[in-house]
Amino acid sequence: MSDIIINSIIIVSAMGLAAALILFLVAKKFHVVEDPRIEQVEEELPAANCGGCGYPGCRAFAEALVKSEDISDLNCPVSSSADMEKIASILGKELGQQDPLVAVVGCAGTPDHRPKTNVYDGARSCTIESSLYTGESGCPYGCLGFGECVEACNFDAIHMNPETNLPEVNDDNCTACNACVVACPRDIIELRKKNKKDRKIYVSCINREKGAVARKNCKVACIGCGKCVKVCPYEAITLENNLAYIDAKKCRLCRKCAPECPTNAILEVNFPAKKKKEATAG
Amino acid sequence: MIKTFPRGGIHPPEDKISAGSPIRELPLPKTVNIPAGQHLGAQADPLVKKGDKVKTGQLIAKSSGFVSANIHSSVTGTVAKVDLIMDSSGYRRMTISINSEKDEWLEGIDTSNTLRKNITAKKEEIIEKTREAGIVGLGGATFPTHIKLSVPKGKKAEVLIINGAECEPCLTSDHRLMLERGEELMVGIRLIMTALGVNKAVIGIENNKPDAISHLQSLIGDYPEIEVQPLTVKYPQGAEKQLIKAITGREVPSGKLPIEVGAVVHNAGTAFAVYEAVQKKKPLIERYVTVTGKNLSTPSNFLVRIGTPVAELIEAAGGLPEGTGKVVNGGPMMGKALNSLDVPVTKGTSGILVIPEEKSFRKPALNCIRCAKCVSICPMGLEPYLLRAASEHKKWDMVEAERGMDCMECGSCSYICPSGIPLLDFIRLGKSTVSKIIRSRKQ
Repeated sequence: MSDIIINSIIIVSAMGLAAALILFLVAKKFHVVEDPRIEQVEEELPAANCGGCGYPGCRAFAEALVKSEDISDLNCPVSSSADMEKIASILGKELGQQDPLVAVVGCAGTPDHRPKTNVYDGARSCTIESSLYTGESGCPYGCLGFGECVEACNFDAIHMNPETNLPEVNDDNCTACNACVVACPRDIIELRKKNKKDRKIYVSCINREKGAVARKNCKVACIGCGKCVKVCPYEAITLENNLAYIDAKKCRLCRKCAPECPTNAILEVNFPAKKKKEATAG
Repeated sequence: MIKTFPRGGIHPPEDKISAGSPIRELPLPKTVNIPAGQHLGAQADPLVKKGDKVKTGQLIAKSSGFVSANIHSSVTGTVAKVDLIMDSSGYRRMTISINSEKDEWLEGIDTSNTLRKNITAKKEEIIEKTREAGIVGLGGATFPTHIKLSVPKGKKAEVLIINGAECEPCLTSDHRLMLERGEELMVGIRLIMTALGVNKAVIGIENNKPDAISHLQSLIGDYPEIEVQPLTVKYPQGAEKQLIKAITGREVPSGKLPIEVGAVVHNAGTAFAVYEAVQKKKPLIERYVTVTGKNLSTPSNFLVRIGTPVAELIEAAGGLPEGTGKVVNGGPMMGKALNSLDVPVTKGTSGILVIPEEKSFRKPALNCIRCAKCVSICPMGLEPYLLRAASEHKKWDMVEAERGMDCMECGSCSYICPSGIPLLDFIRLGKSTVSKIIRSRKQ
């Protein structure tokens, strides 16, 4: 009886030792040397895994930062510039010049501007509605208002305004991670250069239809008249496919274009009120 | 013996109120808007410009690829514009707008009603004439017919199935076509059989059309190779794979085409169009359209020129009744609501449905109660509740693994759901995303 017990113990121990030896040798043989800096860099990253850098998660971005020679094109939109400096100092590499960006909603078609012409009672999803038809207002470019951008945001930076039925971006929370831009089936949201005091001037319309057609569906549509292009002293505004576009990199916020717009499609945000010209704008 | 497909299916109210009204020719419209993309595949390239004079039957847009189809003018007149014009979804698409002046057909087209029974055309000639005439599947899918007529190398067609099921409720245009143009249909079937090289054809008709069944049965004496098969009234009996299963008992494998089991399915309307193209040299510029609705004063079946505004069809059927909530292009199951009545009739328009306001809206969607009704009625054996959840939560790999791509969008699941969940909307979203993923994988 005791033989069986002793034999069992010996056999099992021997098997355990043999297996341990194999595991030890294999671990030695196939040992992967990982750069310890990857761990260090990853700790400095925000762990939001939002994908705003273009890599699948913070770990992959940390690997990319460590492995690439030149990191001037790599940027984590969520990290502050101080955090990025710290990462650069760990790696001993030069950071590129990155303008801070912010998400901007390119549609201002509130129910008042864009009355409903029909009723949609299908699935509550922008992507589905957009794939079926132009939407309740008839504007084939405008916001559909089910808030897929809101769902996509990890930072609580975009909300639907129940009065206008349009999404609004909280500039302080927005990290320009690009998630809302990808989520929007109509490509209404754009990342634009962030200016001092969150000031911005932009065309809040992406309708590329001819002026009369666009205007019929929405009172604040860009009609492609080109007045803003003529008035801009910095050649920041281009007109293509009946739609004006203000290049945020060239724009110096001189505010000459907005009063020219006959449909008020150019929005000025966070500027102090103008004293004299306010009368001519309306 | 009456046959049917074994799995799933539903039986919505038939409402075929226009079945007894003979086909009437709609008066020529003043303007026609002919979209350049009326078929599945690449949009045709417009050949005309503003100010050009065109004749009825003249080629105005040329097929632009392998899966594409020619477009012909349906009236005689002057091209008013070639521009982006709103289609039934509200989006703007390339459209040729023609002001109609008279009805002068291009030379060589036989516009008489005399039956031309004698078939002289060979296989290649039939396929070429079908291609030239711009014929597409008239059941609604609008797949270019000439591609389906040429059997791929290494495959063999054994049986031609003609779809006369007309399983969508309300629609009656195929029913009237079989009753009134039965002889022509038979010749058309023979032409398709010649092109495919098969010696057997079966016409599948649901047995809620006994007059059509007996009429065609009286005609097959002269056509011993054609058979008429009555089918149980069950939706979606007219879906390609279900019809093949019902008639031949063969099941088309997942992701494969019907030719895999030796079957080719064409709609009855398509067979008639092939007859006209080959025997009469007539391109596809008109089609049969049902205009129906409970409140409409005269639900009718019309012979309509392609490009006629829908408003004119409704006018001819007694005008838009008061309290109309929705006008649908197609049948009540698979049709799409129209954004405007100015949109034109296209090659794929089988019916126009006028629905009163109280029946126009869906119930608000409630939670899924796991009753599995959608599972039991899905004719493809899918699990719609699961596909919808996967789609809603963007689990695209799951949509693919659960065979979401096999869904043919018949809408039975949304119809049966006691919670009013728009299952099909979500499955469609899943399908379109997965097909994009599959395409990018191939590149």
